[in-house]
Amino acid sequence: MDENKVIICRCEDVTLAEIRNLIKQGFTTVEEIKRLVRSGMGPCQGKTCGLLIAREIAEITNTSIEKIEIQNMRPPYGGVTFEEVIAGDTIEE
Amino acid sequence: MKNRASVVVIGGGVVGNSIAYNLAKRGVEDVVLVERSFLASGATGRCGAGVRQQWGTRQNCLLARESMKVFENFKDTLNVNVDIELKQKGYLLLAYSNNELEQFKKNIKVQNSLGIPSKLVTPQEAKYIVPDLNTDKLIGGAFCPTDGHANPFKVTYGYSKAAENLGVEINKFTEVNEIKTEKGKIIGVQTNKGFIETSKVVDAAGGWSQQIAKMVNAELPVYSERHEILVTEPIKPVLDPMLMSFSYNIYCQQTPDGSFIMGYGPDNEPPSFDMHSSWQFLETMSKKAVWLLPPLNKLRIIRQWAGLYNMSPDKQPIVSKIKEVENFYVACGFSGHGFMIAPAIGVLMADIITESDLTYNVVLDIERYKRGEIISEPSVV
Repeated sequence: MDENKVIICRCEDVTLAEIRNLIKQGFTTVEEIKRLVRSGMGPCQGKTCGLLIAREIAEITNTSIEKIEIQNMRPPYGGVTFEEVIAGDTIEE
Repeated sequence: MKNRASVVVIGGGVVGNSIAYNLAKRGVEDVVLVERSFLASGATGRCGAGVRQQWGTRQNCLLARESMKVFENFKDTLNVNVDIELKQKGYLLLAYSNNELEQFKKNIKVQNSLGIPSKLVTPQEAKYIVPDLNTDKLIGGAFCPTDGHANPFKVTYGYSKAAENLGVEINKFTEVNEIKTEKGKIIGVQTNKGFIETSKVVDAAGGWSQQIAKMVNAELPVYSERHEILVTEPIKPVLDPMLMSFSYNIYCQQTPDGSFIMGYGPDNEPPSFDMHSSWQFLETMSKKAVWLLPPLNKLRIIRQWAGLYNMSPDKQPIVSKIKEVENFYVACGFSGHGFMIAPAIGVLMADIITESDLTYNVVLDIERYKRGEIISEPSVV
């Protein structure tokens, strides 16, 4: 398996090699990795990559996966258009 | 972790890291930085990522211009291989009243005198710069082509890397529990990972700087206030500059990765350490954004979050030593514009700590409030 060809975050095209490289540099939290390579910042908001990255951190740092925090879940739960949010309501300035 | 330091910097945001780097660059050895969480986990990493030089006071223009020079030459200046995703496609400030336009004219004079290439634009020119802009009620604007965007995480990471290269020890996930003093002098910092003996402490704790100061019984004239923000899915580049209006109260930009990031200043937000998101923000923000840039309508919002503005009485930074405790220094009260001037703030704080003449002719000391020298900056959101 070529870790350069394995995509961990498909929204932001982040490879397994990039993730492992950051963990080895000492970025051993999902939140830090997110901020450096944008994993989990795309439309799925880390619902796919979050656990995969946590597992990599657990393996490389020899920690049990239960102790690895996944990223903060932030609203909205799924993508929502501006149009849907304002539902016909507009601003009067 | 070292158990002795010449200076302990509290706070791993962009300001703390810039200070640590600048101290080491001056030859100060054994600088230790401590951060409760990860780097840029507070206000730095939650900000709107804008870098602008269009300010109303001479000293803010100066700090912003000098900081922009660092952003423009980041790798060479800091000698680190970190791409900070600088995008210099300008800031377009929108005027909706004659008063606002007159203020822009005054500001531009100050800016131009310092070599900042800002200029007044007509609504037609604004529309040319941003074709999707709704120019309804717009009477003019100000545009500076060298303003723009930089990635706050990368800038912070770059400073920390550069600081480490010069011997600074950066300790993440290290929380300060107590600052020990003896006869009014600092003797050390107690963290959850051990005690660091030191005589000098820099409080660069952003939204929590007033709490750190309380550890030495100092009251800082600052409080923290929640500001919210949201980001959309990425699309192809369609918006060059950061759009900003003080009266309509909005900022909105498209970052180099293609997503739109935007926010506004809240009304009557009480002082707090609350960093939760609200549906009210989502709704108001959406209405404001779609009115200004109608094609946004179809775009998806994918995330919202909040961060803390550390507000000072004149909404200007405090970069200073304090009277109450010897060798306790504060860099706080950035009031929402710390990121873009952090490079210059690091230089200033290094001047203060090493007792050198200030590199920039500015007044940011805490005693200014007692002297009544309030800085009145007209251009803040």
